[in-house]
Amino acid sequence: MTRYLARRLLLTIPVLFFVSLIVFSLITLIPGDPARIMMGEEASREALEVLRKEMGLDRPLILRYGIWISHVLRGDLGRSVRDRRSVMQTLLQKIPVTAELAVTSLIVAWAIAIPAGALAAWKRRSAIDYAATTVALAGISIPNFWLGIMLIYLLAVNARLLPPGGYVEPWIDLGRNLKLMVMPSIVLGTALAALVMRLLRSSMIEVLGSDYVRTARAKGLSDRVLIIRHALKNAMIPVATIMGLQLGGLLGGAVITETIFAVPGVGRLAVDSILTRDYPMVQGVVLFAALAIVAVNLAVDVVYAFLDPRIRLEERSA
Amino acid sequence: MMRGPRAADLALAPAAEERPRTRHTYGFRYLLRRFARNRLALVGLWVVMLIIVFAVFASWIAPYSPIKPDFVNLLKPPDTGHLMGTDDLGRDVLSRVIFGTRTSLLAGVISVGIAVMAGLPLGLVSGYYRGRLDDLLMRITDAMLSFPFLVLALTIAAVLGAGLDRAMIAIGIVFMPAFIRLSRGQVLSEREQNYVEAARALGAGDGRIIWKHILPNIISPVLVQASLATAAAITAEAALSFLGLGTQPPTPSWGSMLNFAQAYLSTAPWMAIYPGLAIFITVLALNLLGDGLREALDPRLR
Repeated sequence: MTRYLARRLLLTIPVLFFVSLIVFSLITLIPGDPARIMMGEEASREALEVLRKEMGLDRPLILRYGIWISHVLRGDLGRSVRDRRSVMQTLLQKIPVTAELAVTSLIVAWAIAIPAGALAAWKRRSAIDYAATTVALAGISIPNFWLGIMLIYLLAVNARLLPPGGYVEPWIDLGRNLKLMVMPSIVLGTALAALVMRLLRSSMIEVLGSDYVRTARAKGLSDRVLIIRHALKNAMIPVATIMGLQLGGLLGGAVITETIFAVPGVGRLAVDSILTRDYPMVQGVVLFAALAIVAVNLAVDVVYAFLDPRIRLEERSA
Repeated sequence: MMRGPRAADLALAPAAEERPRTRHTYGFRYLLRRFARNRLALVGLWVVMLIIVFAVFASWIAPYSPIKPDFVNLLKPPDTGHLMGTDDLGRDVLSRVIFGTRTSLLAGVISVGIAVMAGLPLGLVSGYYRGRLDDLLMRITDAMLSFPFLVLALTIAAVLGAGLDRAMIAIGIVFMPAFIRLSRGQVLSEREQNYVEAARALGAGDGRIIWKHILPNIISPVLVQASLATAAAITAEAALSFLGLGTQPPTPSWGSMLNFAQAYLSTAPWMAIYPGLAIFITVLALNLLGDGLREALDPRLR
């Protein structure tokens, strides 16, 4: 067990190294002069010189990476080129907004996917199964920016049921906050729901065919107890292990959803800073997204090792 | 070539072909026959072919120019003259949607082409030789897969600059790790097979073994992945264009059409409805096709 954890942690180090290298080189390898690109054609020679110095563009590459990474490790992601604010400060301010959206979307996704996936597997090859799998495929195929625009058209412009976009902190007006979260959560949640539903269906089919389920059925357990207590619990394992992938989908989707619904989170920050060529900010956002996913993947593996006796016992027998 | 799911055909098929003993007897024709039995997948195939026809013959099919403004007919709702209405510059939405198939298909095929051409050889070599190169490549792909793919694609596209060609390169780079991992995993199991050992015993070199013996055996899952990736790439290009980083106006692209439609949502909703519907149908058809191929390849998934 400890050996497994140690190995898993050690494996994270090179991944983190390459993540940092990718984030660093993305911006460093911009063709042309990054200072000129960031400040535009009309920037003065002096201003360009100052920015070049600040970014260390006059130094060799390896040294620049060393300086950058030593700052990052101390939590210093640099300053925004646009408003001179600390990238870290801005990120910390935006993260809770995206976190709320991620949680509400995950609730939407799992609320749709778990019953639908379980039912489709239980009634395999029935009309329900075909309907559920077809709807799931449609859910994967529907572009989230179109779904978002159509929801705004139907629910905000036509029916006037919901505000078309914006954001209010939950501690200022919880009711309005939740109202504003409905459409973004549906948009972000449906694509994820489709993915989770398909995964759950296939793992549930496997579980339902296993010996212990047959034994439980032979004991005379009702379908309800059988599905919920025995089958679903085990079928959820693969769904839980792809939490990292789900988070990736949520963060990628947040870029689009937050832009459409004017939600001031990390996704919107990513688009804004990319479109305004605020490269220190872009670096910060991209690094944050990758670190979040690496952390979730690590956490899932560690929790899994604690829960699964096969991993726990493997070391002893080896 | 491709036969329908007629009972007579199936009954006449030799038993050995119906129930192959090992994975390796899954020939291409066997795959096609299984695929043809899946009605939804066939629908997907027909729709994809129809879209290709639209893309190739866009200039003949489209009733109007997709680019020339018509200031007499601004924001006209759909009627018999303009089946999908007109946009803020008076351009026919239907014509722009039809020409948009070109942009989307091009983006899908080229970006997946880049990902496969770069990823497949890397995966083959990495899985065949193992060792340091393999370790290094796996850590790099691990790192690349740690980024949300749209965020990475957006950043690369932003660094390269706006434009369809650069968006395709960005999407291709982001999809590459998936193909490296897939082909590497396949090679890892193939290289232990007897036929590889037999080829080696007959004096075949590594290059010959990889290209002539292993590659044909792992190409099916790569094709499945490629068809599903094409669907994802089309969505990604539309997303980049929607955000202003992909195809630039006035070139018709479904993503950028949706971007401009946002401002006219209350007055001209048709500007948003049809391009989005086009993306949805295209991506759905490709996903049906890809899923059908995957199920044909791995019958346990049904």
